[in-house]
Amino acid sequence: MQNALEIQGLRKTYRGGVEALKGIDLTVKEGDFFALLGPNGAGKSTTIGIIASLVNKSAGSVVIFADDMDKNLVKAKSHIGLVPQEFNFNQFETLLQIVCNQAGYYGVPRSVAIERAEKYLKQLDLWEKRNMPARTLSGGMKRRLMIARALMHEPKVLILDEPTAGVDIEIRRSMWTFLQEINRQGITIILTTHYLEEAEMLCRNIAIIDKGRIIENTSMKGLLSKLNVETFILDLPPNSVKPRLEGFDYRQLDDHTLEVDVPKATGLNGVFSQLSEQGVQVLSMRNKANRLEELFVRLVEDGRNQSIKDKEVQHG
Amino acid sequence: MANLQFIALKTLWRKECTRFLRIWVQTLVPPAITMSLYFVIFGSLIGSRIGEMGGFSYMEFIVPGLIMMSVITNAYANVSSSFFSAKFQRNVEELLVAPLSNWIIILGFVGGGVARALLVGLIVTLVSLFFVDIQIHHPLMLVTTLVLTSTLFAAAGLVNAVYAKTFDDISVIPTFVLTPLTYLGGVFYSLTLLPEFWQWVSKANPIVYMVNGFRYGFLGVSDVGIGTSIAVLLAFNLALFATAWHLINKGVGIRS
Ligand SMILES: Nc1ncnc2c1ncn2[C@@H]1O[C@H](COP(=O)(O)OP(=O)(O)OP(=O)(O)O)[C@@H](O)[C@H]1O
Ligand SMILES: [Mg+2]
Repeated sequence: MQNALEIQGLRKTYRGGVEALKGIDLTVKEGDFFALLGPNGAGKSTTIGIIASLVNKSAGSVVIFADDMDKNLVKAKSHIGLVPQEFNFNQFETLLQIVCNQAGYYGVPRSVAIERAEKYLKQLDLWEKRNMPARTLSGGMKRRLMIARALMHEPKVLILDEPTAGVDIEIRRSMWTFLQEINRQGITIILTTHYLEEAEMLCRNIAIIDKGRIIENTSMKGLLSKLNVETFILDLPPNSVKPRLEGFDYRQLDDHTLEVDVPKATGLNGVFSQLSEQGVQVLSMRNKANRLEELFVRLVEDGRNQSIKDKEVQHG
Repeated sequence: MANLQFIALKTLWRKECTRFLRIWVQTLVPPAITMSLYFVIFGSLIGSRIGEMGGFSYMEFIVPGLIMMSVITNAYANVSSSFFSAKFQRNVEELLVAPLSNWIIILGFVGGGVARALLVGLIVTLVSLFFVDIQIHHPLMLVTTLVLTSTLFAAAGLVNAVYAKTFDDISVIPTFVLTPLTYLGGVFYSLTLLPEFWQWVSKANPIVYMVNGFRYGFLGVSDVGIGTSIAVLLAFNLALFATAWHLINKGVGIRS
C-alpha cells in the first residue's frame, strides 16, 4: 500500500523569527484515519498550511501519494482536499457558487460540479440553503460547507484543521459519523484536534506535536497504553544485588538505580513485595518526569477552556 | 492538464463577472450617471461656447476621452477591490490550494476587470449617443487601444491589491495618481492648446497616448503618433504583467 503523505525534515521559520516547525517527519498510510494532536501554537496549522501550499516551507520535503510538492505540484495538489481552521470562503457568495467554483479550480467541468454539489450538500445537510449567501449560515453549517467544498474534486486525502471547533456535541457526532463513512469508502483522513476524546473516537494512528516537534507517533492503542503506564525511579543502596521483577518492565540503570514501568491499574505493591522478598532495600523513590504526561495535562486544560468558550458562544 | 487550466480560467472569469454584475448599482450605474453629467455640462452647456477642437465639435472631441476615462477607472477598480477583498476574506486561499497555475489567477482577475471595463465603455458610448452622432474612423485602432488599455489598468489594479494592506491602500493610487493623470491626459483638451513646455511635459504622461490612440480610432485625429501609442501600451502591459506574475509567484501578501 502507498503512503498518502510523507513529510521529511520539515521546518518553518516565519518572518519575524518564530520557529514554528523544527524538523518534522511524518508518514501517513493510504486509507488511514490519522490525528495530529497538540496544544495551541504547537505547529499543527503550519504543517497543514505547508501541505496545502498556503505557507512556504523553510526546509524539508512533502510527498503526497508519491507526488513531490517540489517536483509535481499540480498533481500533488489535486490529491488533497483542505478544510482549514478559519472560515475562508466569500461570505457574499451562495453555497452553490462556492462549491461549484472550487470544483472548477480543480478542472471539474461545470455540469459534473453541479451534480456533485447536490450530492455533497445533501450529505452534509446543506442542500436547503444552497442559494443562500454563506454569511447567513450558522457556525456549524459553515464548517460543513467547507467539508463539502473540500470534497468537490474527490480528493484522495482529506485534511481537516480542527473541524469540530465551536460545533455543538450533536453536530460534532454527526460529523464524526460522516468522516468515518467517507474513510470507509477509501478516503485517507488527517485531522488536527485539541480533543483527545475526538482522536480516540476516530483515529487509528496519531502523532503528537508540541513546540514544533513530533514527540510521539504511534497507533491510538499504543498511545493509550503508554498513557496508562507510570515510570518510577527507585534509589537503592550502592552495590545492591540485582533485583528481578516478575510482571513489570524495568531497567537497571546502574548498581543503585532502578527504573520500573508500572501500569496505573496494577499499583506499586507488587514491586515492593518482590523487592523485599529479594532483600533489596529501597532508599527513596520518585516519579520520572514524563513529557507526554505533562503535555496531556495541558491538552486537557486547553480542551476544557475550549469547551467553556464553545458554551459561551452557544449561549451568547 | 491544459483542459484543467482552461476550466479553471473559465470558472474564475465567470466568478469575477458574477461579482460585478451582482453589485451593479455600485459598478455599472455610477459611470453612466457621472458621464451623463460630463456630457451635459462640458459637452452641451460649456462646449457650445468653446467651439471647435481639433476640427470637431467639443462634444465629439471629448466623447472618446470620457469613454477611455471610465474604462481606465473601472478596469482598475474591479481588480483592485476584488483581489483585495479575496485577500481580506481569505478566499484567495481557494485559489492557492487548487492546482491552477499562477497565470490563470492573473488572467482570471484581469479578464474580470476587462469585462467590466468594456461593459462600462459600452454603456457610456450608448449614453453619448443621446448627445452626439458617433463616427468610427479606424475600428481596428479603436478596439486595440480599448483592449490594451483595459488589460493594462486591470493588471495595475492587481499589482496594487497585492501590496495593499488596508482598504485605503487601494484608493491611494486612483486618487493621487490615476485621476490627475487622466484629467491631464488630453481628455478635455488638445495638447496643441498648451504652451510648448507643457506639451513636452504632457508627453511623459502615458494616458495621453491611450486617449489619443483611442480618439484616433473614432475621429482620425491625434496629438501623438499612433505607432507610439501602441508601443507605449504594449510596453506598460508587458511591465505590469511581468510584475504581477513575479509577485503572485513569490506569494507576496498571500502566502506566509
Ligand atoms: N503567519 C504567521 N506569522 C508569524 N507567526 C505565525 C504565523 N502563523 C503561526 N505563527 C506562529 O507559529 C506557531 C505555530 O502556530 P500554528 O498556527 O501552526 O499552531 P497550531 O498548532 O495550529 O495552534 P492552534 O491549536 O492554536 O490552532 C505559533 O507560535 C504561532 O504564533
Ligand atoms: Mg491551528
